[in-house]
Amino acid sequence: MNTNNFQPNGPRPKHLTIGRIGMYCFIFMCALFFLMPLYVMIVTSLKDMDEIRSGNLLYIPKVLSFYAWPKAWSEACTGFVCEGLKPGLINSIKITVPSVIVSVSLGAINGYALAFWRFKGAYFFFGLCLFGAFIPYQVMVYPLLKIESAIGIYSSLPGIILVHTIFGMPILTLIFRNFYASLPIDLFKAARIDGGNFIKIFFYVIIPMSTPITIVAVILQVTGIWNDFLLGLVFAGRDNQPMTVQLNNIVQVDYGVAEYNVDMAATILTSLVPLFVYFISGRWFVRGIAAGAIKG
Amino acid sequence: MYYLTKNLASKISLLPMIIISLTVFVGCIIYSFIYSLTGSKLIPALNYVGFQQYERLFKSRKWDVAVENIFIYGFVFTIGCLVIGFLLAVLIDQKIRGESLFRTIFLYPYAMSFVVTGLVWKWVLNPTFGLEHSMHLWGFDWFKLDWLVNRELAIYAVCIAAVWQGAGFVMVLMLAGLRGIDEDIWKSLSIEGIPKWRSYLFVILPMIRPMVVTSIVLIAAGVVKVYDLILALTSGGPGYATTTPAMYVMENFFSRANLGQAFAASIIMFISVVCILAPWAYYEFYFRNKEAK
Repeated sequence: MNTNNFQPNGPRPKHLTIGRIGMYCFIFMCALFFLMPLYVMIVTSLKDMDEIRSGNLLYIPKVLSFYAWPKAWSEACTGFVCEGLKPGLINSIKITVPSVIVSVSLGAINGYALAFWRFKGAYFFFGLCLFGAFIPYQVMVYPLLKIESAIGIYSSLPGIILVHTIFGMPILTLIFRNFYASLPIDLFKAARIDGGNFIKIFFYVIIPMSTPITIVAVILQVTGIWNDFLLGLVFAGRDNQPMTVQLNNIVQVDYGVAEYNVDMAATILTSLVPLFVYFISGRWFVRGIAAGAIKG
Repeated sequence: MYYLTKNLASKISLLPMIIISLTVFVGCIIYSFIYSLTGSKLIPALNYVGFQQYERLFKSRKWDVAVENIFIYGFVFTIGCLVIGFLLAVLIDQKIRGESLFRTIFLYPYAMSFVVTGLVWKWVLNPTFGLEHSMHLWGFDWFKLDWLVNRELAIYAVCIAAVWQGAGFVMVLMLAGLRGIDEDIWKSLSIEGIPKWRSYLFVILPMIRPMVVTSIVLIAAGVVKVYDLILALTSGGPGYATTTPAMYVMENFFSRANLGQAFAASIIMFISVVCILAPWAYYEFYFRNKEAK
């Protein structure tokens, strides 16, 4: 039977019906709603205060003013000191980098041990750990503060790193365990027959295969830790306040004239890192949030 | 002895997890509970006062407002995220052009900090220079958007900001569900001549129920903790009109030096989270396993 004889007949199916046009209109409106705050942030940061007071929030600036950006970066006042967001950025980096490294490594080791080297009772503690992901931070903040001051690291860089490691652990352990559990078990058995032990198998077999899940974990942790406010406020101490805390201090000043353009420039600066991670990582980010959905 | 040394490396490597689970996750709750039964003020003290702190808590007007707010916020935020998230997922599922662009647009707020979200919306909703002002300049003099300074409406401003941030996340979860629907089901639905909206509402939605349930649980678990967003957007004001349990706890811990009260409130928060999660956890881990067998 020659299939070439079947010619299309009847009217061409319409691609652009009224319904589809309506749908596109609706989705455009939604997109505008979602983009509006970002747009407002950007244009406000490029206006001067006169234009902000007299002009329209939604209009692009008549005169481009770059006054706000350097001020937000290095001069705006966060409480008593007026050094802008720069120290906050450095603090955030100092907090985020070690916290991500420590918490992801710990999550990987935990997941590996749970997936391949189960012992009696391990899953009981794993359950406890997962349960920890759902406890509101407010319940744990004060007792944890007491623990940290007892061991002398409260209000310091190691203190805040430890806290991020603790609160990142449930979700990281979970996603690493799930990933390792999905690997073919024969691989592990073969490595065992070849004489690999706990450490050797981890370094020579498991780590080389962990790239995708590590990317997901790192994205999850970088955005999560960068965006954290509460823990940074309580545990980092005055000298290590992360960017989010300083941003809030800049905007919520009680004295002087509020400079909305500086506020908005500072807000954009604070969200640059997570937005950058989001835009370059794309699908990985989606996988990360789907996996990290239970993170407190 | 054998049990201890068998698989020793694994046990050692899981030691941090075990210690943290016991001391932090379990220990902190026990600690909080014990001290919630005391009259601790500035420093934790073991002067036992029974359930007085809880009595005081339930009599407190501020706590009442906080609980009422968390219910309003929880309800509006959950429903808002689910409806908008599902709608966006359905729209994106229509094989539209520029799908990834739209997905990027709807999800980007989720990458931002709660503080940033709060501050942006604080500016957009600013009663003097914000959207209201723009509308007035366009000639809509009747337009009123004074939510941030209105005691009754301020909590809804928080809801808008939160939905803006969270809806994309629900969209991603729902879209994952929709993409998992078998093509044959769509074929048979179109052969039956069922309109699309009805197919989505009455056939597809029940089919992606696990995703819906997961979204609800995750959103609800996040609701109880809302803190940064409100701090940035309204600082709990005007007055204490938008205060929440999390704020009540933090205030009593760190600015009012009323530890006993804070512990009692945090224990109530914890119990409410357990109440939300327990049925879901039971379903997920127990009921499902049974079904699978």
